[in-house]
Amino acid sequence: MSVQDAAGSAAKGSAEAPMPAAREGRAAWPLWEVFVRSSRGLSHVHAGSLHAPDAALALRNARDLYTRRNEGVSIWVVPAEAIAASDPDSKGSFFESPQGKDYRHATYYTKSEGVKHL
Amino acid sequence: MEAQPVLVETDVDTDGQANFDRIIAQDSRIEPRDWMPAAYRKTLLRQISQHAHSEIIGMQPEANWISRAPSLKRKAILMAKVQDEAGHGLYLYSAAETLGQSRDQMMADLIAGKARYSSIFNYPARSWADMGAIGWLVDGAAICNQVPLCRASYGPYGRAMVRVCKEESFHQRQGFEILLELSQGTPEQKQMAQDAVNRWYAPSLMMFGPPDDDSPNSRQSMAWNIKRFSNDELRSRFVGMMVEQVRVLGLTLPDSEIRFNADTKMWEHSELDWQEFKEVLAGRGPCNAQRLERRRDAHDDGAWVREAAAAYAERQAVATESAA
Repeated sequence: MSVQDAAGSAAKGSAEAPMPAAREGRAAWPLWEVFVRSSRGLSHVHAGSLHAPDAALALRNARDLYTRRNEGVSIWVVPAEAIAASDPDSKGSFFESPQGKDYRHATYYTKSEGVKHL
Repeated sequence: MEAQPVLVETDVDTDGQANFDRIIAQDSRIEPRDWMPAAYRKTLLRQISQHAHSEIIGMQPEANWISRAPSLKRKAILMAKVQDEAGHGLYLYSAAETLGQSRDQMMADLIAGKARYSSIFNYPARSWADMGAIGWLVDGAAICNQVPLCRASYGPYGRAMVRVCKEESFHQRQGFEILLELSQGTPEQKQMAQDAVNRWYAPSLMMFGPPDDDSPNSRQSMAWNIKRFSNDELRSRFVGMMVEQVRVLGLTLPDSEIRFNADTKMWEHSELDWQEFKEVLAGRGPCNAQRLERRRDAHDDGAWVREAAAAYAERQAVATESAA
């Protein structure tokens, strides 16, 4: 699931041409991240993003954009700015190193090999 | 992370470049918040936004035929296809936005005529058979181009292309079916199908872009794992597929020089009119002005909807606030 798409998309338009939104005297519609549950029993998975003025329209737009072919039974929409994301640059320090921690996996324990139901 | 070119090289850039190079060398994916070279960001932003614009403008040649589709079934199919193209445009705008360009700015650039889109959509769709030829040839060429892009090194672009490719195959098949039905119809219908294929053949081959020796950005795009095959390789692959399929259609491709070169393992075809390609790209194609005007009108006609939706959202927010 790539919620980074959301957090990474601090939109910066160039100041050259007036944006349509500004021309119409409105702020740009906020960005929403869309999560779709493809069938009962499965988690919602990030499908993509879209712009909408409010949550109700974001849901309707998400239905039209991401479930035209029966892709889902449930949709979540989340304001992109509400997502907190980990810093990609701190990969080494933020995520605990798996180095030398084989004992967290079942395959580390070999003495029980051949014992049934273990 | 800013889109502006970095003038002073700092530790962040040195480390970032090393990390970027490592990810590319491993054929892994770059994600939006990763450090990336300014030129990589710029190249992607140009390619993805042009791709998005092409999907949006690409709705027009077919939308023009919805009201004249020969049956209710064909009308429903065509509407679904045009709706898909809109969806593809939106997936791609989302991907482009992760690079730091706002949606509204991209829309503004398109309407102002400052943005490019695929030259193919500046050709007119003259008959119902063109719906077949567009689906078979234009969507066929698009698929050929897009399948390798599913593995593009920029994550959001690749993911958007996976979604697009899944939906695109229906587009090509429905086009093929239209042509097949016409080809097996009356002599006049068959002629109509052949005429459409004759007109869309060369423009669809041009969709792969200029020949390799005249495509200066290709090499860098391939080094960055954005492109996986050269323009000529993809074009050759496409010609090879069409040669087979046109036989099933009972039609011919309007090119007597198609042959398979056993030495190079490439399909060869007659020289394309690259002067025409440049003219159309420069805005002097048969339908450039019409396409842009239609896009502008559609945008302006929709202004009241956007205003109403925004006003409603604002009022609801106020109501929720005062109720709390």
